[in-house]
Amino acid sequence: MNLREFGFGEFSFLLLSARWTILLSLIAFAGGGILGILVGSLRISASKPLRMIAAGYIRFFQSTPILIQLFMAYYGTAFIGLSPDPWTAAAITFSLNSAAFFGDIVRGSIEAIPSGQWEAAKALSLRFVPTLRLVIFPQALKLMLPPTVGFMVQIVKTTSVASLIGLTELARTATMINTVTFEPMLVFGTVALIYFALCWPLSLLAKRLERRLEVEGRGRAALA
Amino acid sequence: MQSYVFQFGPILIRSEELIHGAWLTIWFASVSMILGLAIGILGAVARSFGPRWLSRIVAAYVELIRNTPLLIQLYFVFFTLPFLGLKLSSSAAAILALSIHLGAYATEIMRAGIQSIPSGQIEAAKSLGLKPYKIIRHIVLLQALRAIYPALCGQFILQLLGTSIISAIAAEELTAIANNMVMQTFRSFEVYIVVAIIYFVLVQGFILLFQGFSRFFFRWKT
Repeated sequence: MNLREFGFGEFSFLLLSARWTILLSLIAFAGGGILGILVGSLRISASKPLRMIAAGYIRFFQSTPILIQLFMAYYGTAFIGLSPDPWTAAAITFSLNSAAFFGDIVRGSIEAIPSGQWEAAKALSLRFVPTLRLVIFPQALKLMLPPTVGFMVQIVKTTSVASLIGLTELARTATMINTVTFEPMLVFGTVALIYFALCWPLSLLAKRLERRLEVEGRGRAALA
Repeated sequence: MQSYVFQFGPILIRSEELIHGAWLTIWFASVSMILGLAIGILGAVARSFGPRWLSRIVAAYVELIRNTPLLIQLYFVFFTLPFLGLKLSSSAAAILALSIHLGAYATEIMRAGIQSIPSGQIEAAKSLGLKPYKIIRHIVLLQALRAIYPALCGQFILQLLGTSIISAIAAEELTAIANNMVMQTFRSFEVYIVVAIIYFVLVQGFILLFQGFSRFFFRWKT
């Protein structure tokens, strides 16, 4: 009873819809990255209330499902008179959500920098933000790289959840095509392969970066 | 602008449904965790000790699952199996997809656990005349379990949160119940904030439980 065959047209339609998955991933990555640096910096700031706010932020986003966060942004914001379209809701939710995870990555990398660096910066009478910007971040960046690339895989996969508020990206296009072609194995198999093609290179890169960092660390330990 | 009046009343009188939903969420996460761990044990043994072809198949399974979204895996299982003549309820399909999903992560975690035991320890135990099952139980299993325990706990938390996605195929759990409640009460913000709090409490509760458990069972020094 299929209304259409799964042909080249359907395939290219699927492939093209991947651009919305990529776009949403990039928005989440950029928005989450910028906010994440802020959250991570607050997480290690000298002021206790700021540290606790950042910790609470991270804990909330890591302890609730992204789907509920998305529903809250999309359906739940009506109480302040907002009715965002799916793209706005998804862009905001995914940015806020990845900011929590990036914040954790930033904090972990900064904490791995030896305290002598902080003391040296203090001796040079640098304040908190210049110390972070000029001394700590350039060194922490190297440590952040592998988990950041690894988290990008996570972002790409998670954007599929946006289909559940009606954002027409890869996963939603797949369900739409499945409804008319009734070829679930072909449709979802193809979509899985498209996601795989997006994620696997990133996974491999993350693994390679991680290994390189490990080898470097071992080399430094051997020299010390 | 008209000011909004929060109404938690319609949600609170349905709190029994929410508690039921929370149980279902725990149930889905736990059952799929147990099945996924079973897959993980088999996968890790096959990957570490099996013949090369088997090891490759397991590696492909792990990579494929880890690089595709859970939602797509769920759709694949739910829509494809009826075609193969296997009619599954949405709950059964959800359990199957969640278990296959977790199995891939568990395989990787357990493989790391097996690799974490230095071979010198097994040799030392042998030279002390310990019987093989005692070596496996006291030297390998307990230590491997401690090494992978934090990763497994983290995976369970992710699984607990991940179950919310199975509402997409109309499997009944906390998120699906919340969606129904929104349709009945039109109090979307209140429903989702209450449900978010329930998830939050569940996650924090399990974290505390796991920490207490590890303090009790893994007391020996390394």
